This record gives sequence, structure tokens and C-alpha cells, in this order.
Amino acid sequence: MPIKVLVAKPGLDGHDRGAKIVARALRDAGMEVVYTGLHQTPEMIVTAALQEDVDVVGISILSGAHMTIFPRVFALMRERGMDDVIVVAGGVIQEEDRPKLRDLGVAEIFDADATTQDLIDGINRLVQERGRDDRRSA
Amino acid sequence: MQLREKAASADDIREAQRDWEQMSLLPFMERRAERRTQFRTISGTPIERIYTPAHLEDLDYISDLGFPGQFPYARGPYPTMYRAQPWTMRQIAGFGTADDTNGRFKYLIAQGQTGISTDFDMPTLMGYDSDDPRSEGEVGREGVAVDTVDDMHDLYRDIDLENISVSMTINPSAWILLAMYLVVAEERGFDWKRLSGTVQNDIIKEYIAQKEWIYPPRQAMRIVRDSIVFSAKHLPRYNPVNVSGYHTREAGSTAVQEVAFTLGAGIAYVEEVRKLGIDVDDFAPRLSFYFVSQIDFLEEVAKFRAARRIWARVMKERFGAKKPESMRLRFHCQTAGASCTAREPLNNIARTAIEALAAVCGGAQSLHTNGYDEALAIPSEAAMKIALRTQQIIAEETGVANTIDPLAGSYAIEKMTSDIEREVFGYFAEIDRRGGVVRCIEDNYFQAEIADAAFEFHKRKERGEFQFVGVSKCRDDTQNPGLELHHVDEAASSRQLERLKAVKARRDHAKVERALAELVKVATSDENIMPATLDAVRARATSGEIVNALRPVFGTYTETPIF
Repeated sequence: MPIKVLVAKPGLDGHDRGAKIVARALRDAGMEVVYTGLHQTPEMIVTAALQEDVDVVGISILSGAHMTIFPRVFALMRERGMDDVIVVAGGVIQEEDRPKLRDLGVAEIFDADATTQDLIDGINRLVQERGRDDRRSA
Repeated sequence: MQLREKAASADDIREAQRDWEQMSLLPFMERRAERRTQFRTISGTPIERIYTPAHLEDLDYISDLGFPGQFPYARGPYPTMYRAQPWTMRQIAGFGTADDTNGRFKYLIAQGQTGISTDFDMPTLMGYDSDDPRSEGEVGREGVAVDTVDDMHDLYRDIDLENISVSMTINPSAWILLAMYLVVAEERGFDWKRLSGTVQNDIIKEYIAQKEWIYPPRQAMRIVRDSIVFSAKHLPRYNPVNVSGYHTREAGSTAVQEVAFTLGAGIAYVEEVRKLGIDVDDFAPRLSFYFVSQIDFLEEVAKFRAARRIWARVMKERFGAKKPESMRLRFHCQTAGASCTAREPLNNIARTAIEALAAVCGGAQSLHTNGYDEALAIPSEAAMKIALRTQQIIAEETGVANTIDPLAGSYAIEKMTSDIEREVFGYFAEIDRRGGVVRCIEDNYFQAEIADAAFEFHKRKERGEFQFVGVSKCRDDTQNPGLELHHVDEAASSRQLERLKAVKARRDHAKVERALAELVKVATSDENIMPATLDAVRARATSGEIVNALRPVFGTYTETPIF
């Protein structure tokens, strides 16, 4: 079964160039990709991740609101028992905020110079580390 | 010098070029091959080894180029261009509360800036008040927060609105912010007829690229139409719409798509207003445009020149415009955020300088140069100062502003200009065939074209066909820039919430309710919504209240995203 990824675009801004390139590249790499579209709230993102039963949630954010968005996403995921879903981040994330996001549980932060291959490899590795086959058969 | 009986014909030149290829080029290339088998512009357009007059066989000087200030305006919209006065140096600013941004405006004016440009925060752009749950974390972050006309008063405090032009980057809620601006002018005793400035108000490119929207496209077009019509009557020096290609290009389009979709939007606005039976020459002179200046210098100079010629021809031939002012395209320009890198950010100063030079060689009327920290944060004061100084150096020191359209006649530039024009007219035919701009938005046509171009460029970048210096080429992993970045003031949001609370406490609620009810009534009919919006703003209705009052009338919009 292919890895299933939700590409999510929170916040009010419309910077979706990166999110769409990532979505297309992951799809071309054989993953099953769901793209939320713009202007998503944390509630909308977590609900979509649950309904779609994804392995990975990739959140693209350039508005600077990541320290508001990510804590809420993780809180909602915990509430709904989604501890096995991997969360990765991309966009403009200041250096000082990176350790904070990692502490929250963000598995990987991809910055603007990451290639699509870096992303594909990174997601494959994270899913393997988490042992997704165990999860699916459980 | 060898005397010839008559000038060489295109055929003579082609023949001479073939000889040159056989005699000089091929033997040379056998010893040393070229760097690539095919050269392309940043947009992916193949570019030839050399251009000659034979490439310009079909170009007629008088009808295709002419003189500045004359049809088809390829050489510039005005007869004197920068010999009379340089372009308007207009650095955009916006962060925190109105007071914070007012301070930045004053700093920039003190540094020699000649126009004002305002960036609003995401909630303001999307029509949410600062106290809306959707606004949390975004108030005053990417721009300035404006909820009521009192914020607008503080934003432009002490600024002489009759003597400096003020631009506002706002779209789905543009008509409200325009109303606020007019009420500020009125309450400070300025004459509306003397206000010069611009409101972006280009809703089409929102659905295409920037993706800030409230209502569905057809309803949103009516709002733009109303503000253009109102403005034509009451604001003779004001630009009620700034048709923008910047966002389309930043979203990943090619240069040709940028021009085609932007001028295509211009065509759609003209058609919308003309449906009311208004003569094109009564409003077209105040339509203004906005393009990016990317890093591909030659392609950009050609693009600006082509855009002017295309618009002139569209206005004359498609719409039968008579006034020269209706045909002459004026544009604001911004250097390309997408060309700036987060690594080695000081390199962005060089990129921005080259892009600014292209804008000036292309005949821009106003220019924003990005700060070196563009890829990292809202610009710091230091970054904006160097960016402004870059424009001042081009104006004062380089000499490029002393002669008009200095690159005209370059075989390469003229050929690229003509090629862009031809391809753009090809896109116009396709848009018409598909049923017009709004239909193309609803069918995701533009969105798909841009997503394809963005993906294609990304692939070229990954294949190494386009390299960013300091990132993929000549990368230095040892250096640490240690730049002082703009610091987000976390307390700005609570200050803004206090301001909003105070306005709500002191206003006359019954008056606000009456004004909103009247606005809903007007919106339900086909009357112009500007006068009723002005009344609501005068009563201190918030932007969010106005937007929400009209949601039941206009509906909401959700994109079906494609990738």
C-alpha cells in the first residue's frame, strides 16, 4: 500500500506554490497525496488527516503563524489519539523556532532549498522508522 | 569603411550569418563547445546565440515602436519619462499597529522615498477583524492591522495626502479600505479631487494566484466595477485598480503568462464596466498595472515594453478607445521576492539592483525594491534603507535615466519584445475561446497553467539548468550572516485588540446597524455600493462587520485546488 500524505496549508495567506510542487512531486514518487487547499484551520487539518487515515501530514506555512498553528495541531491530534501520524513542516521557519517545533513533535523541517528528492527520501525514511506496516496491520 | 550601394537586406544578413557560422563559429566550437546545447530564459523560452536585423524584418519603426508618449507606447507612456522626474520610489511597509507602520512611513520619507505603499496583515486582507478567531496569530504580523477608519487615521497621521501618493495593497476588502481612506481625507479636510494614489483592488489575480478572497468571482467583479465607476466620477487623480502580474509570476508563471493573465484581467474589468454603458474613455485612463521585475534582465526589459504595446493595441483595436490616456499603460514594479534566497542574504542586494535596473530600463512609473532579508522576514529598517538607496543610485549615478527607453533597437530586446507580444495575443485568443476570464478562473485554467510552469521551473532548478548562486552554485557552508532581522512585536496584537474595543465602545451602535442594513439593501440591488460603504465607515463600522453583513448577499468562495 503506498504511503498516504496530507499536504496542508494553514493560515490566511495564499502562498501555495511550494505546497503544490510538493504535492505533485510526492504523487509522482508513487505516494497517495491529498491536498487540503488554502486557508485551513488546525481543526480542518486534523479532521482531514483522521478521515483520510494518512501516514504523514505535511504542513506548509509561510505566514509566520507557525507557533500558533503547530501547538494546536498537536493538541488536537493527541485528543483524537493520532499519535502514530508523522508531522513534517515546510516553508519559512525562523532558526530560533526550529527547536521549539521539534519539541512539539515535528519530525522534520524542510526549508526552501530542500529538493523534492530530499522530501521523498525524508518521508520514506520517517515512515520506515515508524514501522507503518505494523500500524496498518494492527 | 567599405561603401555599399544600399543597406543589407534581411536575406543578405541571413546569408552572411550562414557564412559566419561555417567559417568562424563551427571551427571555433569544435575546439571549444558551448556551455549548453540550448539556452533558455528563466521563463524557459529558448534564446538564440545572436540576433540581427534579419530577426526584425517585420518590425516597423513608426507603427511598432514610435515615440514615447505616443501610440503604441512601446518606448514609454510619457514624452519625457525620467528626464522630467524619476520614477516614484515607493517602498512598501506594514507591520504591527497603525502607529508602528506610521513610524516606518516617516522614516522612509525622511530617507528620500517619494511615495507610500501599505501592506496590510492577513486578517485585514481577508476581511476578518482582529478579534475574529480566524485572526489569531496573524494580527499585525505580515502587515499592518486595520479594523476601522480610526486605524486608518493613525496609519497616515501627519502625512499630506494631497501631496504624496499613497498605495494600498488590498483586494477582496479593497472597497472598504478605499472608503476608509476617503473618510480619513474628508475628516482631515483634504479634497478628494486632489488625492493621488492607488488601491490594488485586483480581485481576478486573487483567484488566479494570490488566493485571498471572500466572495465568489462574479460578485467580486461587481464590487471592483462599483469602485472603478465611483472613482471615475469622484477621484480624478486616483487609480481604483492596479491590475497585478506580480503574484502570478511569484506563484510560478512565465513572463508571457504574467503579461497575458494580467492584461487579460484588465480586459475583463473594462468589459465589466462597459456593460453599464459607460464609455471606455471615461474610466480607462485611471487603470494602472503592476508587474514583477525578475532576474532575467533582457526578458524583463522586453516584457515591460511588450506589455505597453499590447495594452495600447487592445484598447484601441478591441475597445475603440479614443483618448491617448486610455491606451497608455502605466505600471508599478517590484523586484522579485522569489529571486531572493535565505542563504547568503546579502547577495539579494545584487539581485535586487539588477532587477531594479531592468524595471527602469523597461520604463516603470513606480518601484519597490526588496530588502536583502526578503526571504527571511518582514524587512528591517536597515534592509529597506539599502533597497531605497539602490533606486537612488540608479537614478542619480548610473545615467540610465537620462535617455528614454535606452535598450530600444537592441536586436535581442526588440525580437524578444515582439515574441512576447505574439504569445500574449495567443493567450488572449485562448481565454476568449474558453469563455472569458471569469469562466477560466472557475475552470481552473489559469491555476493549472501556473502550477505546470512552477513545477517545470522547479524541475529545471533540480536538474541544475537554473542555479541560485550561494545556494546550489558556489555554496559556502561555513559562513554565518548574523543579520539583524525585523523583530515581531508579540504585544502588537493585544494593543490592536484594545484599539478595536475602544472604537466599539465609543461609537453609536444604532447608527452602525442602520448603515449596515442600508448597505445590504444597496448590495441586493444593482446600485453602486460605494456611497453606502462610505456611510458605514463614517459610522465606525469595522471591516469585518461590513464583510459579514454582505456574506448572505454575495455568498462565499471555496477553491477546488489542483496540483
